[in-house]
Amino acid sequence: MTLLRVENLAIDLVRDGHRHRLVHDASFSVERGETLAVVGESGSGKSLSALAVIGLISEGLEVAGGTIHFDGRDLSALDAEEMRGLRGSDIAMIFQEPMTSLNPVRSIGAQLTEGMRLKLGLSRREARERAVGLLTEVGISDPEARLLQYPHQISGGMRQRVMIAIALACQPKLILADEPTTALDVTIQGQILELIARLCKEHGVGLVLITHNLGIVARYSQNVCVMYGGRVVETAPAAELYVHPLHPYTRGLLASVPRLSQARGTGLVPIEGAPPDPMEVIPGCRFHPRCPMATEECSAKVPVARHAGAHMVACWNAELAEPEMA
Amino acid sequence: MSVFLIRRLFGAIVVMWAVATLVFFMLRIVPGDPIAAMLADAGGPDEIAAMRAKLGLDQSMLVQYFKWFALMLEGDLGTSLYGSHQPVTQIILEALPRTLSLALIAFVIAVAIAVPAGIISATRRNTATDTAVSFAAFLGLSMPDFWLAILLIIVFAANLQWLPAIGYVPLSEGFWPWLKHLILPAIAVGTAFSAIIARMIRSALLEVLKADYMRTAAAKGLTGRKMMLGHALPNAMIPVITVIGIAFALLISGAVVVENVFAIKGLGRVLIEGILNRDYPVVQGAVLIVSAFFVLSNLLVDLLYGVIDPRIRYS
Repeated sequence: MTLLRVENLAIDLVRDGHRHRLVHDASFSVERGETLAVVGESGSGKSLSALAVIGLISEGLEVAGGTIHFDGRDLSALDAEEMRGLRGSDIAMIFQEPMTSLNPVRSIGAQLTEGMRLKLGLSRREARERAVGLLTEVGISDPEARLLQYPHQISGGMRQRVMIAIALACQPKLILADEPTTALDVTIQGQILELIARLCKEHGVGLVLITHNLGIVARYSQNVCVMYGGRVVETAPAAELYVHPLHPYTRGLLASVPRLSQARGTGLVPIEGAPPDPMEVIPGCRFHPRCPMATEECSAKVPVARHAGAHMVACWNAELAEPEMA
Repeated sequence: MSVFLIRRLFGAIVVMWAVATLVFFMLRIVPGDPIAAMLADAGGPDEIAAMRAKLGLDQSMLVQYFKWFALMLEGDLGTSLYGSHQPVTQIILEALPRTLSLALIAFVIAVAIAVPAGIISATRRNTATDTAVSFAAFLGLSMPDFWLAILLIIVFAANLQWLPAIGYVPLSEGFWPWLKHLILPAIAVGTAFSAIIARMIRSALLEVLKADYMRTAAAKGLTGRKMMLGHALPNAMIPVITVIGIAFALLISGAVVVENVFAIKGLGRVLIEGILNRDYPVVQGAVLIVSAFFVLSNLLVDLLYGVIDPRIRYS
């Protein structure tokens, strides 16, 4: 059974009775113990989709369509209280900003153990022992002393390790990691990603890794889902996607990632233009104003996602795209 | 920590000295004179001069000041210019327990109402409940306390006869007799105070509820209650305790009118009578005590910051 299957998810911004669709028809799935990377620029709807899965989209936003199946259950059929029961214990989330995601006035220990005490029914002592184990597992030295410390006393990288420990605390089946390394120093980004991926694998936890950096996900994920302007434009196994990207946007993204194997003198190729404002209404394919292969059809009709080998791609001209990357 | 305390206590003494000095000279500069108040039209110029010399008011202001100051350092605040010439310390020690009792009960009632009201208001933002709480808060804020006091007396003392209308019974004569005399005046004094705190808590909570760590708490699947009491409230209390500290100090000096309505001879009433009679030593002593409470409650607030917010450490 697929751990998480999101189908045709639509999320609307509702303001003063007006609706504006921010996420259209998003579909993706994650198997147990597997990693799905969701890649896209800011405003592509990737974080929003993840927040919809865990039931935490902010006020004013609304899931307007589609289904989310988790572990055989239809999440849209659950009420708020059942959804709360699922959070932490079945689905956990790691956020982008370790500096502000921990409560400044509560100790690390209190923030790490409260979930376990509530969800796993552990005693104070059992929770503390488990907390020490978790901190050790995420690579924090002197865990007993750390439990008594406050977030401002530890570094950003360390705080993100604490967030990872919090996410793992109640043995969830799925972890949603929303740009977990974006706010960190480049030197520790790799370590943190490595840690998340390794722990999820060891514990058999499914992972949705949200990132804007297509370059970093290759090593850590089995599947990649590329989002653009609130739509999933291409989904494929990571190995396949890197070699044969089909969607012009995916190819643009890959061409803009620096590689060591690149010949000297051949510069990076940027994608022309800027990502669309999520509030902007663009007819047809949302990428067509920036697409080098756009035809008239692209500005008229929204491309339907279809199978192309191991890929799912939403582009009218995907077949025209001769894979050039090697 | 101890260095911080010593520094703050030293600062407190300087503030109190400045207040005492200011009051001393202001009392003597403003028009009006205790002799005139005492003798009214009865005394001739000779009697006035004699009285002046007797009270030491014939000396220059600076001489009077240093004499008063030297005595104060020994803990002697002088005697009242009136009646039986009671020592000022005795007058204050009699009045202080009444005012402190009233302030304490008013404080407890105000906080007990304000905290839940603020929480309900913030969590049900822009609903009918929020509007009702806000309306009640503005009503409480805009009602004059003496008017509310009279209203409370009419309803709960005169009509229902649940509680006494006037007077004060010391705590030594029993908890309930003490408390029942204080409930109505405490409500009268505490209502506006409660309204201010409730509004403060509401706005502080609305700010805190948007914070990233609240989303983290939600992602843990915590109950709304745990999120509110364990995560939101401790953060929201940081700005609120500043106001609570100032308001508590205001309660010490600010219950003047209400003390009058309920015939409680507290510090406020001592102060007002002293000012009306130009009873210099009494006013000076009372102001000194009130300023001491201001300074102390501010210090207490500063120390509480450190307890609530671990990022604040005193060194």
